[in-house]
Amino acid sequence: MGNACAVIGVGQTAYRTKRTDVSIAGLVREAALRALEDAGLTFKDIDAVVIGKAPDLFEGVMMPEAYLADALGARGKPMTRVHTAGSVGGSTALVAASLVQGGVHDRVLVVAWEKQSESNATWALSTHPPLTPSIVVGAGGYFAPHIRAYMRRTGCPDHIGTVVAVKDRQNALKNPYAHLRIPGISREMVESTPMLWEPIRYLETCPSSDGAAAMVLASESAARRAPNPPAWLHGTAMRSEPIFFAGRDTVNPQAGKDCAADVYRQAGITDPRRELDCAEVYVPFSWYEPMWLENLGFCGEGEGWKLTESGATALDGDIPWNASGGVLSSNPIGASGLIRFAEAALQVRGLAGEHQVEGARKALGHAYGGGAQFFAMWVVGSEQP
Amino acid sequence: MPPSDTEVGALVADHALEFPGGYTRSVGPVIGRFLTELRDGRLVGVRTASGGVLFPPLEYDDDGEAVTGEFVEVGPDATVQTYAWVPRPLPGHPFDRPFAWALIKPDGADTALLHALDLGEFEPGAKQPKTLRTGLRVRPKWRATRTGGITDIECFRPEVTMIGAPSRVEYRLSAGKALTRFLTGIAEGRFLGHRCGVCGKVYVPMKGLCPVDGVPTTEEVEVPDTGTVTTYAVNNIPDPRAPAVPFVSAYILLDGSDIAMLALVAGIPADQVRMGLRVKAAWKPREEWGRTMENITWFEPTGEPDVPFEDIQDYV
Repeated sequence: MGNACAVIGVGQTAYRTKRTDVSIAGLVREAALRALEDAGLTFKDIDAVVIGKAPDLFEGVMMPEAYLADALGARGKPMTRVHTAGSVGGSTALVAASLVQGGVHDRVLVVAWEKQSESNATWALSTHPPLTPSIVVGAGGYFAPHIRAYMRRTGCPDHIGTVVAVKDRQNALKNPYAHLRIPGISREMVESTPMLWEPIRYLETCPSSDGAAAMVLASESAARRAPNPPAWLHGTAMRSEPIFFAGRDTVNPQAGKDCAADVYRQAGITDPRRELDCAEVYVPFSWYEPMWLENLGFCGEGEGWKLTESGATALDGDIPWNASGGVLSSNPIGASGLIRFAEAALQVRGLAGEHQVEGARKALGHAYGGGAQFFAMWVVGSEQP
Repeated sequence: MPPSDTEVGALVADHALEFPGGYTRSVGPVIGRFLTELRDGRLVGVRTASGGVLFPPLEYDDDGEAVTGEFVEVGPDATVQTYAWVPRPLPGHPFDRPFAWALIKPDGADTALLHALDLGEFEPGAKQPKTLRTGLRVRPKWRATRTGGITDIECFRPEVTMIGAPSRVEYRLSAGKALTRFLTGIAEGRFLGHRCGVCGKVYVPMKGLCPVDGVPTTEEVEVPDTGTVTTYAVNNIPDPRAPAVPFVSAYILLDGSDIAMLALVAGIPADQVRMGLRVKAAWKPREEWGRTMENITWFEPTGEPDVPFEDIQDYV
């Protein structure tokens, strides 16, 4: 895994339907300054900037990283743009980490963002070029059949998606940055919302958000001088697979399993449910919690929905998932993966505020993207490995 | 009962009362300064004895005290305090299209001015736009020729907070060899695919390569237009390519193919579609065929017995 690397600063913007009060540059700047403040640093202390976002078509700004160099204090420094669809926030953090782990830089600023209000992601994901017409409408249209296949394969009952939809929104009420804050959220409320792409209901989907998140990643010597507790990287991994091949398991993708096995091996974890204290996992449709519980080895195949139903993944359960409210509560797509990684870091730093998991020492951050084909994960801990 | 006036054609006459040339009005030093500044494109308030800034200036404050001689430039940025939307303007209104009356308080002032607020073009009777709200930030729009009157300000307008950014990119897409061959087959009513020379899997449509083995594929195979629904979504979001809502988008494993393709399923109520359902392509009339998947309207049930889940579970 190379040299030691730690998160010494985390910054987030409020996630909202429309951040019309700021430009794209102002949005990323807001997150970056908060991360620098947490790290006790200024832009002058940063060696390199790594930035990530989802497809340029979402805002219609081609290569936005070029124009954001000024806002991120990157003039005269290396600046790299990462893009791996929905998992990009996670991949961006890992590219930044590799610059520290490889001994190239001491302090790297990593930022990811999306300003979904500037167009419409469902339009951007369903452009329908000629010759190869697709009838998939948006991400929900793509994932709904695979969720149905999961339910059929495991006998997962109809209400499990509702359980997750409620749990994550209850957690969001404890997170001041969260976009969807629905007081009194209940199973009845979720069940009263329409089916968009059956079996996915309206309140079982993520919102469209504007927002940015940032972190400062530091070498061991730089982390030792940080004013606030660091979150040490115990493992980092990325995997991908083609979206379309004969024999592909779309419900439980091999790339996800391989990525988890790699990150656990690096972190010395053999039983993730027991050895991790919490996890921030990319769950844009509520059904993906039980699906990823299985894919990430928190339980055996077919057992994920039972874990969810038992309350094990709730904030007061034995392995809280998405204490922050998760992607279901805030979804600036390009940033959503980075937020998972950052929230995992906040948990082991003891800085997660009202949604802090008591005594969290090891946490998983996870992101996935494309047709569940790109995966990025890290395990962070309060102790240096 | 006496007859009414109209019944007897009562006498009526119009009369206008207007002082020839119009009244004159001396405005005094306080209002005069305000109007002078307006003519020169500035907003000023006046400081009251108690220290506040009265805008627009009056000569005496609400305690009856004379204001000081100190004039304070305020605005031009200002905030809407309250408003009334006018969906159908009347004669004499400053606009002949919907607008709002608003109490507008310039930065630095303690009181507000009533003026017209222009929020853009609306059809007569339009509902109040969402952008109209207390707290909206606005600025005056000055007339080019000013005379020293309150209408030197034509109206107030919101600050610029957003711009349109249209963009359009035009492409010419080339289908490539494999897709051209596949669509040529479709133009003949045939489903063509490739068998991988390494793993033996059949891909319909073919890509000309095997994504698992990373080798080119060339062995052509033809499969029938019948297949099995492996999994599906019931879509309640309208789409121009679907006949109605709800519509079913399904993965269909054509008989003899090793990979399911996504297509519409119709000819059956959406809530009766199921995994394992046997389906067949519904083709448009032959004379409408071209090298396009649009030759197939959708897939519809064949009426054969369902395929057991065990037989399709490796394809979902």
